[in-house]
Amino acid sequence: MGEFSDPIGQSVSFWRFPRTRRWSERTFFHLGGIGLLARDLARAAVSRWEFGEVLRQADRLGVQSISITNITALFTGMVLALQTAYSLSQFGGKLFVSRVVALSLCRELGPTLTALMVAARVGAGITAELGSMAVTEQVDAMRALGASPVKKLVLPRVVAVIVMMPALTLLADFLGILGGFAIAVLDLKIGASFYITTTLQSLEVHDFLHGLCKSPFFGLEIALIGCYNGLSATGGADGVGRATTTAVVVASIAVLVTDFFLTKLFMALPLGIN
Amino acid sequence: MSGETIISFHGISRAFGDKVVLDRVDLDVLAGEVLVILGGSGTGKSVALRQMNGLDHPDSGTVVVGGTDITRLTEEELVPVRRKVGMLFQGGALFDSMTVFENIAFPLWEHTSMTDAEIRERAVEVLSFVDLGPEVLPLLPSSLSGGMKKRVSLARTISLKPEVLLYDEPTTGLDPVTSMTINRLIVDLNTRLATTSVVVTHDINSTLYVADRIAFLMDGRFVFVGPKAEAATSTVPELRAFFEAGGTEK
Repeated sequence: MGEFSDPIGQSVSFWRFPRTRRWSERTFFHLGGIGLLARDLARAAVSRWEFGEVLRQADRLGVQSISITNITALFTGMVLALQTAYSLSQFGGKLFVSRVVALSLCRELGPTLTALMVAARVGAGITAELGSMAVTEQVDAMRALGASPVKKLVLPRVVAVIVMMPALTLLADFLGILGGFAIAVLDLKIGASFYITTTLQSLEVHDFLHGLCKSPFFGLEIALIGCYNGLSATGGADGVGRATTTAVVVASIAVLVTDFFLTKLFMALPLGIN
Repeated sequence: MSGETIISFHGISRAFGDKVVLDRVDLDVLAGEVLVILGGSGTGKSVALRQMNGLDHPDSGTVVVGGTDITRLTEEELVPVRRKVGMLFQGGALFDSMTVFENIAFPLWEHTSMTDAEIRERAVEVLSFVDLGPEVLPLLPSSLSGGMKKRVSLARTISLKPEVLLYDEPTTGLDPVTSMTINRLIVDLNTRLATTSVVVTHDINSTLYVADRIAFLMDGRFVFVGPKAEAATSTVPELRAFFEAGGTEK
């Protein structure tokens, strides 16, 4: 395996770069594992849900993430206003700051930065929690007691993150615009009423929807990646640490890659959210 | 002991990468007995135990539990088997975020339609089997000692009244007095609950106390399976060495 014959019949190693091979194997193994977990999750989703646990997880994973996502959005809005004003003032376009800030945040930065913050906080938290359960045999104990870890542990977390992501994104959009407003009025000396009016004029419902519709997809992949890495953690505390790092890195990259494809998809499909 | 086979391995093999831990193994567990799977560290004792409730699956061969071939069953199909075959894990494996009561109630909530009052009554009853009182019910596992964790875990395992109890290194990490308490519980529960027990250990003193029969695992094969009395004089030098190292040549 991994070898082929070149045109003159000599055997040539297909995998000339062992590190590339190992990386490829790990990546395909990882994707396969997440795919299998998604299949099990779909099966578990048709059984009776434990709404109490979903609500508990929505509080832990969603409500308790509000501060970190809001602070990120607020300061991103402020920086965006400053940088946009700096760039546009060279062309006499400082008054367009409100439109740029609002559209950038609602369509792109709000959902993406929120997802990255949630990937860091929630993805790491889920992996560490389930990872420590896995290495101390609590997950095996659950199976041995005839309960499904996918139904008991994965389903409530995935549902909670999917449901909470749009709410967090909407709040982040608002806080980001508020940050831009504060800088525009206090620092750039743009009139408050002018800023609000132009912001409202430039934003349409589909701009909000464009960002909001991405966030459940981000939530799904963050929670799935976190759960998969946690449940497959081995090797004690060191293994849990490695799994947590992997989960955050993979979830962050997945968010950015998915963002591109969802943006292309939403622009191509006649869904009214392009 | 009724002599009826309750669990049997037929030509079980299991490998992890290049390392073969079980190599075409046959074994019968008889109803009512305490069978001890003895062997050195890393010989595959726990892997063998995990085949008995489907926590791990063999690469080849079949595992039959109570007349059902469980070798290729899915997780859902294994649920009825796991209700009959309880397992005590090495570290107790209590759920950290749940109290002692919630840990014991967990399988009852999952598999029965008992009321909260009935579940509480059952929790107190199974705690009494392991010599613990109702005062531990509201405690979290983090506030229990190692021996108490194992006893609570045992209480959780027997709450569903299993027919077979699997013990993975039940005395590892415990002081001699607590180890003896656990050994007494294994024998006592086997009699009081009329269960069958399979104990994985490398503790020879524990083996001598609880075993009816011993299966000695070495190099992926059971090189000795027989009554405790015959084990010390077996023709397997490694097994005799175990007894000698334990200082209890019998």
